[in-house]
Amino acid sequence: MAGKIRSAYLRGFKDGLPTGLGYLSVSFGFGILAVNLGLSVAAAVGISATNLTSAGQVAGVRIIAAGGTLAEIVMALFVINLRYALMGVSLTQKLAPGYTLGHRILSSFFLTDEIFAVASANQEPVTPAYMYGLGTLPFIGWSLGTLLGAAAGEILPPLVTAALGIAIYGMFVAIVVPPMKVDRGVLLAVTIAILLSCAIYYLPFLSFIPDGIAMIVCALVSSCIVAALRPVREVEE
Amino acid sequence: MKIFIYIAVMALVTYLIRVIPFAAVRGKIRSQYLRSVLFYVPYSVLAAMTVPAIFYCTDDPLACAVGFAVAVLLAFLRKSLITVALAAVAGVLSTEGILALLGMFS
Repeated sequence: MAGKIRSAYLRGFKDGLPTGLGYLSVSFGFGILAVNLGLSVAAAVGISATNLTSAGQVAGVRIIAAGGTLAEIVMALFVINLRYALMGVSLTQKLAPGYTLGHRILSSFFLTDEIFAVASANQEPVTPAYMYGLGTLPFIGWSLGTLLGAAAGEILPPLVTAALGIAIYGMFVAIVVPPMKVDRGVLLAVTIAILLSCAIYYLPFLSFIPDGIAMIVCALVSSCIVAALRPVREVEE
Repeated sequence: MKIFIYIAVMALVTYLIRVIPFAAVRGKIRSQYLRSVLFYVPYSVLAAMTVPAIFYCTDDPLACAVGFAVAVLLAFLRKSLITVALAAVAGVLSTEGILALLGMFS
């Protein structure tokens, strides 16, 4: 039994390597961004180690930097991270019988887009040991990358730091663009979201809207419109 | 102290969204509309966060625009996340370098 658990953990550990490496570089960008926005190295690492999510963290530090309220943070993170609820529901269908409530409560912390994707791609049922293994390297990579990025942000010349600040946005582009090519709904959702966010940013009578609220409005309005126009047939995994 | 509270709230909200459905929900979400909304949320939120903010991530909107264009092109060619992110940085740095050189000669 112990050997089985160990091998499941190791299998997950190995499956988490590509994600961990990816997180190491992306969170470097987050660390830079956080420090550029005026946060301390400790705060940046603290956020990464307790949140383990990219878009939500960027929204959070932007709201903090803009002097936003806690209510804004709660609403923005709720909407941005709502997809984890869907992924969580989807992943419950793949869990092994011995996956107890306690393990669900602990391992849900690791539920990111990539970990969900890798776990879902498994042929056999997912065990707790596998999930802990799968989360290990991404967690280390995400926290360590943030530390390195934030520290680099404090020592590198401002010109380089500023340029590195685009890295995390570059990653967002890399996530969004490929599905736009094959899915008209995604294309439409992205287009509407960008139009709305530009309208809020550039139109003087809308620019009073705080950053966090603007992101929620853009995401929800765009998603609700496109969901009505182009409903998704299957839950995609 | 204030930042500590903000971080704690961020962590709590993120964790609760992850744990509640994962621990409690046994069946699938039946509303196709709700499932569709949840499917589109990540893309629309990332798009809204990126544009127009990406144009102001350095002091030079032109350099940022070049970085953005490079990222879109490489993403279109399905390059990996790391490649796209680093190429965007390279786009910004090289544009700033060229502009600085032009500034020296003019």
